[in-house]
Amino acid sequence: MEEKWDYIITREKKLFDIDFKEIWRYRTLIFMYVKRDFVTFYKQTILGPLWYFIQPIFTTIMFMFVFGGIAGISTDGVPQAVFYMGGLLCWNYFADCFNRSSNVFSANKGVFGKVYFPRLVVPLAGVISNLIKFGIQLTLFLFVYLYFVFNGVHFNINASILLTPFLIVMLAMLGLGGGMLVSSLTIKYRDLNFLISFGIGLLMYGTPVIYPLSVLRDSHPEYLWMLLANPLTSIIEAFKYAFTGVGMFSWFYLLYSLVFTIVIFAWGLVVFNRVQRNFMDVI
Amino acid sequence: MSNTVIDIENISKQYMLGSFGTGTLSHDLNRWWARVRGKEDPFLRVGDTNDRTKKSDSDFVWALRDISFKVEQGDVVGIIGKNGAGKSTLLKILSRVTSPTLGSIKIKGRLASLLEVGTGFHSEMTGRENIFMNGSIMGMTKQEIKSKLDEIVDFAGVAKYIDTPVKRYSSGMMVRLGFAVAAHLEPEILVVDEVLAVGDAEFQKKAVGKMQDVAHGKGRTVLFVSHNMAAVRSLCTRGVVLKNGMVDFMGSVPDSLEHYLKNEDDKRKQFIIDNPMKTKSTIKIHNIEINGTKETQSVIASGQEFVDVLIEGTTTEDMTTDVMLVFKNKDGMPMASYALGHYKGKLIACPKGDFSFLRRIALPKILNKGLLYVDLFLHHPMMEWQMWMNNCCILECEGYQEGYGKALDMPNYGIMGLDDFQ
Repeated sequence: MEEKWDYIITREKKLFDIDFKEIWRYRTLIFMYVKRDFVTFYKQTILGPLWYFIQPIFTTIMFMFVFGGIAGISTDGVPQAVFYMGGLLCWNYFADCFNRSSNVFSANKGVFGKVYFPRLVVPLAGVISNLIKFGIQLTLFLFVYLYFVFNGVHFNINASILLTPFLIVMLAMLGLGGGMLVSSLTIKYRDLNFLISFGIGLLMYGTPVIYPLSVLRDSHPEYLWMLLANPLTSIIEAFKYAFTGVGMFSWFYLLYSLVFTIVIFAWGLVVFNRVQRNFMDVI
Repeated sequence: MSNTVIDIENISKQYMLGSFGTGTLSHDLNRWWARVRGKEDPFLRVGDTNDRTKKSDSDFVWALRDISFKVEQGDVVGIIGKNGAGKSTLLKILSRVTSPTLGSIKIKGRLASLLEVGTGFHSEMTGRENIFMNGSIMGMTKQEIKSKLDEIVDFAGVAKYIDTPVKRYSSGMMVRLGFAVAAHLEPEILVVDEVLAVGDAEFQKKAVGKMQDVAHGKGRTVLFVSHNMAAVRSLCTRGVVLKNGMVDFMGSVPDSLEHYLKNEDDKRKQFIIDNPMKTKSTIKIHNIEINGTKETQSVIASGQEFVDVLIEGTTTEDMTTDVMLVFKNKDGMPMASYALGHYKGKLIACPKGDFSFLRRIALPKILNKGLLYVDLFLHHPMMEWQMWMNNCCILECEGYQEGYGKALDMPNYGIMGLDDFQ
């Protein structure tokens, strides 16, 4: 007679054996991790949640000064504050998701070494808490945006603005997938840690965050393909286009980014799932 | 349908020795190449058994090898073995922190482990927030935690501090809070690894009581790893002895403990002086005689009134010292001690050179039948340790009751102080 077991622990597992039901059962834990991020963020600070605004404001001012002022990079007629803040917002969301996911194992080895729960909970919680942070900073962006609107700046706002939720999901998946892929590799090959920490900083310059794609197209057309190969390019350009009507909006490149995102995400998920079972022996 | 709740089949776990780094990539490529060709992992065939005292020829070691046993519902299984026997690895696999190299484990019901309490505590969060954090890590839902919150706070005894960040807690409060959460989990299978070593006495009593409730009262299954033989004896219904990563013995608790302890005894040398000893660098011990013999094992006959202890050696500097002995039962529980330095402040001023201390220790008028294990020390009380030997010899008591002249065969717990024989 075949007995009913609740779970079986073995070495072999199928490639796509991800127990989503189990993750759902642990939703309280996801919620607690998200809560922890916010509760601990402003404990013992005077300005508290204001820090969520201070960081993008100062970075934007710095960008305006350095890239807009000293370097004189064009923003295609868009007010610099809107241009930089919009790009930065998207970039930060991606980078935060990526960083949070990429050191999941090393940052949580204490907990992971003692008790089992679906490891995916932690990067997922990271994506969600970053999304909330993104939402807070988005309101800041909208304030700045509306300020310019009321001051007579005309933005070619258009229907592609409806795509923004979709763009945000793509950023999250790209960050999560890439981060999981890297996290699984760094536990064994720590060289990647070094590569990643400055690589992600450099990648920002390889993405049209602080400059519009059109600038590159005019000055260095021979390198344009490299930028277009970056899946983040079309997402961030589309985001800027949605709000300002300036930038590249291409269904073709968006589709490319989407396929790229799905592949990276699925690959990251599979690798992550494989590694999580044994990483304690390696880390 | 049987009542088996855990079925462990041929579980093996292989670890790599040395440090990762060079060679890791080539091993990985080798493995990958074997997989591509549909062959077995080339490194699974090699590997030594886990005997850490011998130097290994292989880069791989089997922390567990072919472990198989079944656990029935309601069993309280004590897992015993030396350090490094594989107990913790087995529990880690059971609680799914790491996965086995070979074999499988089938589990019925929710399994929760108390490997270490307070997992996931964040020092900035309050006690209440940490209860939710910790509880959800253990797999409880929000409703479950909410319904037990009062009980947990009460059990931990931290009601006053519940909305204070735990970084302000004392370490004892932290541990109590952690254990309280874990204790109020209601898993069908509970895995416990030496958590009782922490907390104050009152709390330990609560904790043991809670474990007993879980084990005996509600028909739940417990796996208990401990070095505390007395705890294993009082809590468990079955025993599994692990040795070098393999199951060495399985059976009732008394049999398992006996097997385990006998194995320990076999390793002892014939002469007391050859057993493991630590000394201060200025001291050398030449001769130890206990109960009138140099041999490790000796008999305390029925009616014997004293035990002689002789220690001879050399010291290269003047020292103040005292002879101390602790007599323990086979569970390692102290039964009696001889420490006149502590009791009466009687110390020896020992000048540089050879020394010879002879003590005649009075035995109680009633003596249990069974084995006594002796720890021997030279020390300056509260100042320094000069020589110490754990389990340096075994005294086999025939047992005696004055006035009746017959052996007393009844376990008793409690410690008594012994004096010189007058």
